[in-house]
Amino acid sequence: MNLHEYQAKELLARYGLPVQKGILAKTPEEAAAAYDTLGGKFAVVKAQVHAGGRGKAGGVKVVKTREEAADVAATLIGKNLVTYQTDAAGQPVNSVLVCEDMYPVERELYLGAVVDRGSQRVVFMVSTEGGVEIEKVAEETPEKIIKIEVDPLVGMQPFQTRDAAFALGLKGGQVAAFSKLMLGAYQAFVENDFALFEVNPLALRENGELACVDGKINLDSNALFRHADLAALRDKSQENEREVKASEFDLNYVALEGNIGCMVNGAGLAMATMDIIKLKGGQPANFLDVGGGATRERVVEAFKLILADSSVKGVLINIFGGIVRCDMIAEAIIAAVKEVNVTVPVVVRLEGNNAELGAKLLEESGLKLTSAQGLNDAAEKIVAAVAAL
Amino acid sequence: MSVLVNKDTKVLVQGFTGKNGTFHAEQALKCGTKVVGGVTPGKGGSEHLGLPVFNTMKDAVRETQADASVIYVPAAFAKDSILEAIDSGVKLVVCITEGVPTLDMLYVKKAVDEAGVRLIGPNCPGIITPGECKIGIMPWHIHNPGRIGIVSRSGTLTYEAVAQTTALGLGQSTCIGIGGDPIPGTSHIDALKLFQDDPDTDAIVMIGEIGGSAEEEAAEFAKAYVTKPVVGYIAGVTAPKGKRMGHAGAIISGGKGTAEEKFKAFERAGIAYTRSPAEIGKTMYELLKSKNMI
Repeated sequence: MNLHEYQAKELLARYGLPVQKGILAKTPEEAAAAYDTLGGKFAVVKAQVHAGGRGKAGGVKVVKTREEAADVAATLIGKNLVTYQTDAAGQPVNSVLVCEDMYPVERELYLGAVVDRGSQRVVFMVSTEGGVEIEKVAEETPEKIIKIEVDPLVGMQPFQTRDAAFALGLKGGQVAAFSKLMLGAYQAFVENDFALFEVNPLALRENGELACVDGKINLDSNALFRHADLAALRDKSQENEREVKASEFDLNYVALEGNIGCMVNGAGLAMATMDIIKLKGGQPANFLDVGGGATRERVVEAFKLILADSSVKGVLINIFGGIVRCDMIAEAIIAAVKEVNVTVPVVVRLEGNNAELGAKLLEESGLKLTSAQGLNDAAEKIVAAVAAL
Repeated sequence: MSVLVNKDTKVLVQGFTGKNGTFHAEQALKCGTKVVGGVTPGKGGSEHLGLPVFNTMKDAVRETQADASVIYVPAAFAKDSILEAIDSGVKLVVCITEGVPTLDMLYVKKAVDEAGVRLIGPNCPGIITPGECKIGIMPWHIHNPGRIGIVSRSGTLTYEAVAQTTALGLGQSTCIGIGGDPIPGTSHIDALKLFQDDPDTDAIVMIGEIGGSAEEEAAEFAKAYVTKPVVGYIAGVTAPKGKRMGHAGAIISGGKGTAEEKFKAFERAGIAYTRSPAEIGKTMYELLKSKNMI
């Protein structure tokens, strides 16, 4: 789950990180008032969306008057912002963060952290090359990214933060200030189950102070059960509507651009099903894992979800019974086909636990369901059925 | 022999009296697994499925001399259950639970490594040596005792490979579902090493998916260490970037971890592979035939 910049900054400030001052505004009037409150010569108005690349896309503007602040807010709020990280429709802007102006700054640094799968540790990254995409730095000048691995049993140690500070060329009191910031960031990371954290840029101001000018936090969704406060920050407007609907039923759904809907049990098999549809010349419309503990209700909802996508011209149901009994899936499919008005061809492949009983139920249902034997047969049948339309 | 589990393995069930623990313990007993009891705190001293229930893993191991445990507790308690299992002295812990927080796994991984305990999972189907021992949620009737070792990040995709190899008369020595999480207890490399060193495994199927670089590392390892025939498959060629595909670990982030990179790694390592999930068994069959192994 992603946080907005303003939410990330609030959270980081609680851990003692020096963040750029900002006031959230949901209307042009609020933006003008925020400009007054900040009281600076300039202010920066930033669109709050779950996507990077806002600056280049026109989502970040410097303003010099309260009127200008209101104007910029008026052009951003209520519109969609399209950046290189979003799809063609963009992300809806529901609010802007009116921030104090910090520029010119002496330098722009980078501070980030992830759970690194290779070392199986939380790894912090610092770089003197802040203010630009870190992926680009990693590709072109990887030596400019310094990595600090943290032992999960002892946590981040002050010497590690000093190593980082000196590597960044910080001097005097800056070293202690940076160490405090980095230790705070680590604390925030482990106490809130971050999956990814990034401050880019971390400004070294002309007065020698450090300031987090941006803040990006991605939380481990599996850990939200122990962070009710953070779970409440979820902004569903930033997510795909059908994916949100799916998550309400504990279904894993990802929308794609093809026309063959897929309902599969298990994430790996769901991906493999998409892949084999493509191999056979078709285009998958979605990833959908109905999960191990699929109930009849969830399978019905899965069916509705797939058919809510108007580009879907056919559906392939691929179930390999492990925990899930195929007869239960068959009953659910029958119930869903009756409940939802299914007009597209449906190919069903059931294998594993009680597969024969499941196939028998489908056959005896009197509904137009094509059953398939094996993955190849299933993929070929649905691709042919959709091509014939 | 086989890998990690056999007919003598004595298994305890953590979360024994719960719905999942009960259902899968029954299934395991049906196919001959030596389930010797289980743990549900507060229900110690009672009986479940005709087997003893204990309050703690320590009690359970002392009374049953179990070698392995399988965990069916909710994600919030998985870390505690794995640590309890380590402390009890069992040498194999299989965690089926899905949705365990990643930071919990950082501690757990260190703890199992230090204790010399083999953890399989979390978020996995478990491990089976067909005809001897089933620890997990896989449908045992599709398996057949044989000489192919299977390792996979995906549950149902493992079943697919199992069914295909069974249909071709090959059968399996042991199948290990290592799970779809970013920090797995057992990696592809660990499994490759176990299968290479197992005299009763003749060839290995390795199934991966998008996200991370475990398959690339495993391919390099295979090139240097594994002399047995290996067939690889990767799921997720059509997966979009930056989207988590069901499994916590199945995500292409920063352009890294694509299926194409992994297929290329197989190629570099000289590993036979297929791009079709329907042809895993067939690819293995043909490879063995070309080597006059069948």
